[in-house]
Amino acid sequence: MSKDVTSILIVGVGGQGTLLASKLLGEVVCDQGYDVKVSEVHGMSQRGGSVVTYVKYGEKVYSPLIDAGEADVMVAFELLEAVRYLPFLKKGGTIVVNDQKIDPMPVIIGSAQYPQNLLEELTAAGVKLLAMDGLAVAAEAGNAKAVNVVLMGALAKQLPYPKEVWEKALTKVVPPKFLEMNKRAFVLGYEHP
Amino acid sequence: MSELLLGNQAVARGLYEAGVRVVSSYPGTPSTEITEYAVGYKELYSEWAPNEKVALETSIGASLGGARAFSAMKHVGLNVAADPLYTVSYTGVNGGLVIAVADDPGMHSSQNEQDSRNHAKASKVPMLEPADSQECLEYTKLAYALSEEFDTPVLLRLTTRVSHSRSLCNVQERQEKELIPYKKDPQKYVMMPAMARPRHVVVEERTRRLTEYAETSPLNRVEYHSKKIGVITSGISYQYAREALGENASYLKLGMVYPLPVRLIEEFAAQVDTLYVVEELDDFIETHCKKYGIPVIGKELFSFCGELSQSIIREKLLNQKNDFAQLDVPVPGRPPVMCAGCPHRGIFYALKKNKAFVSGDIGCYTLGAGAPLAAIDSCVCMGASIPGAHGYSKAVGKENGKAAVAVIGDSTFMHSGVTGLINVAYNGGNTVTIILDNSITGMTGHQQNPTTGLTLSGDPTSKVDLEALAKAVGIGRVRVVDPYYMSECVEAIKEEMAAEEPSVIISRRPCALLKNVVHKPALSINREACTGCKACFQIGCPAISLYDKKASIDANQCVGCGQCVSLCRFGAIKGEE
Repeated sequence: MSKDVTSILIVGVGGQGTLLASKLLGEVVCDQGYDVKVSEVHGMSQRGGSVVTYVKYGEKVYSPLIDAGEADVMVAFELLEAVRYLPFLKKGGTIVVNDQKIDPMPVIIGSAQYPQNLLEELTAAGVKLLAMDGLAVAAEAGNAKAVNVVLMGALAKQLPYPKEVWEKALTKVVPPKFLEMNKRAFVLGYEHP
Repeated sequence: MSELLLGNQAVARGLYEAGVRVVSSYPGTPSTEITEYAVGYKELYSEWAPNEKVALETSIGASLGGARAFSAMKHVGLNVAADPLYTVSYTGVNGGLVIAVADDPGMHSSQNEQDSRNHAKASKVPMLEPADSQECLEYTKLAYALSEEFDTPVLLRLTTRVSHSRSLCNVQERQEKELIPYKKDPQKYVMMPAMARPRHVVVEERTRRLTEYAETSPLNRVEYHSKKIGVITSGISYQYAREALGENASYLKLGMVYPLPVRLIEEFAAQVDTLYVVEELDDFIETHCKKYGIPVIGKELFSFCGELSQSIIREKLLNQKNDFAQLDVPVPGRPPVMCAGCPHRGIFYALKKNKAFVSGDIGCYTLGAGAPLAAIDSCVCMGASIPGAHGYSKAVGKENGKAAVAVIGDSTFMHSGVTGLINVAYNGGNTVTIILDNSITGMTGHQQNPTTGLTLSGDPTSKVDLEALAKAVGIGRVRVVDPYYMSECVEAIKEEMAAEEPSVIISRRPCALLKNVVHKPALSINREACTGCKACFQIGCPAISLYDKKASIDANQCVGCGQCVSLCRFGAIKGEE
């Protein structure tokens, strides 16, 4: 395992914007001169299913995949998805999590239950947990759909790259029409306590 | 300058740089974005064809005309295009011809996980396999050089993790290629038996020359580190092996996976203590090695199913396992579902009410097979729904079982559905065909098709009239319904199932995700009226869930389509007045 590679996992529910988030992070680390691999999710899994994208960067990156026990940081757009992908995290790794709950279809139709007290359970699992109500913050920025950029703001705070680099990357990946709103969402996520 | 490019985007860049002029493809995950990026280059003519066979045949014509030509498809699409592929192998090319085929190990978005390397071998067409975006670009350009040098079409094999990963890529300028003048040559281009027989000999000689090329080609590269372990690998499997084993192993990375070298592999084998073949899906390289008596370890360790990864290789070769934490709580699955406001939901609900045998097809609506709608009985391949329903009803008959109904999307109907419908009419079938016309190719992310009235470039064009087409092939009963009116759909399906002749129902309502579709305000639940009976959950809308023992509608997801309203006997679902 190459120790000079940083691995960041982005998980969520199809439609929440993990693809844009992974592109954004990819551009930021690319700007820092690293070798970068971003593995995206397209196609069927986008339709409300569980999605996971991988971002890896360092001196030289070979595999685009992150396997169990390999992620340094996980950004989870939904609480249950944080738990689903917990095994991908290194022991003692960091999770930035949106505490929003989205019922999967088996829960909606009553064939399964959404587990309780997941934040407490995650904390007890010995990870560094940064939880936030991303939906409320995104609404404050002007659009609930910007929850992905809010969470990337929260991630940015955990990484050693200046805010300006992120804003430059935002300009690259967000359509001009939504740029100002996304910049607000990013800053609110970044400054969230 | 380095740019972070998607693998598919890098292939498109390679087409541009190689001076390609004509691109014809059919969308299919994970290959779709190649053509979507290609259309961004105005120097190329790019189109969506109705299916992969038509796409490849168009590219063959362009190649004959002397242009560099290209088609992209997914692995199952290559089956559709296999007919022209196996013969264009005989004719060879005029302008360079490259076909990208994107395999999907792990079946992220496919109905099987076939290994397209077998098509390369069977059709005797050389195949290159890039391992990252930079190689996607370089191999695409090299494929054109090989195509013209060896007078052969060239297959470019991608897999999901190469197509859908971004990595750094150096881009260059386009090299314009003049048209190569066309010379009439029926001995080469008209493949009837007398002319095809000598061409087969030419193909065998070409394969011999390509095998010689493979021995020394820069595409096949040896990296010596520790010689205790040797690994023969290609494509994404190289990346997994390289990360798992680092400099504890030496590598023979094969950029050309058909034809395979013999001497190069023998030389490499002689240098290392233990030799492994690391490859996804079939034992393609392994079988080649064993044929020449080179002892290798392969599928004894690795599965024929699914994707590889660095941990699998680390575990099998080094016996090392990663350590990780896991919570002791049951985590419910989260399968993909039809979107909130999806018009197909109404039809599936109506089919369930009518208890039909539903022969399904490939597209978003395949998701109607999942609970709670569970409205699909079978799904095989593009276009199989209508013949499937026809065969079922010929075998079983209405008197002995449920009536057979086929469901097929507008794009899939254009791809290969219409021939099945012709068969129903021609052979006196008695099935109901429901064309789910959402006015777009939905599953792959909104590509235009011959029913939408727009081309790949977004230019207005002729639009297939589905009603007239159904009548023209011989279907007498053709009607159009709006799936948002569910009780009318239930009635329409009931009537057509009872009819003594075949029929077509066109369920017309655009995809709820299209940008030009205007939505109504979100619905809400009157909590006083709601009894918590969960009847509204039976439609499987992701916007409706249970909150504090009563139904609740997520205003962020709901598009106000109203399909759920009629399910509530208590009138608890209300819209904004």
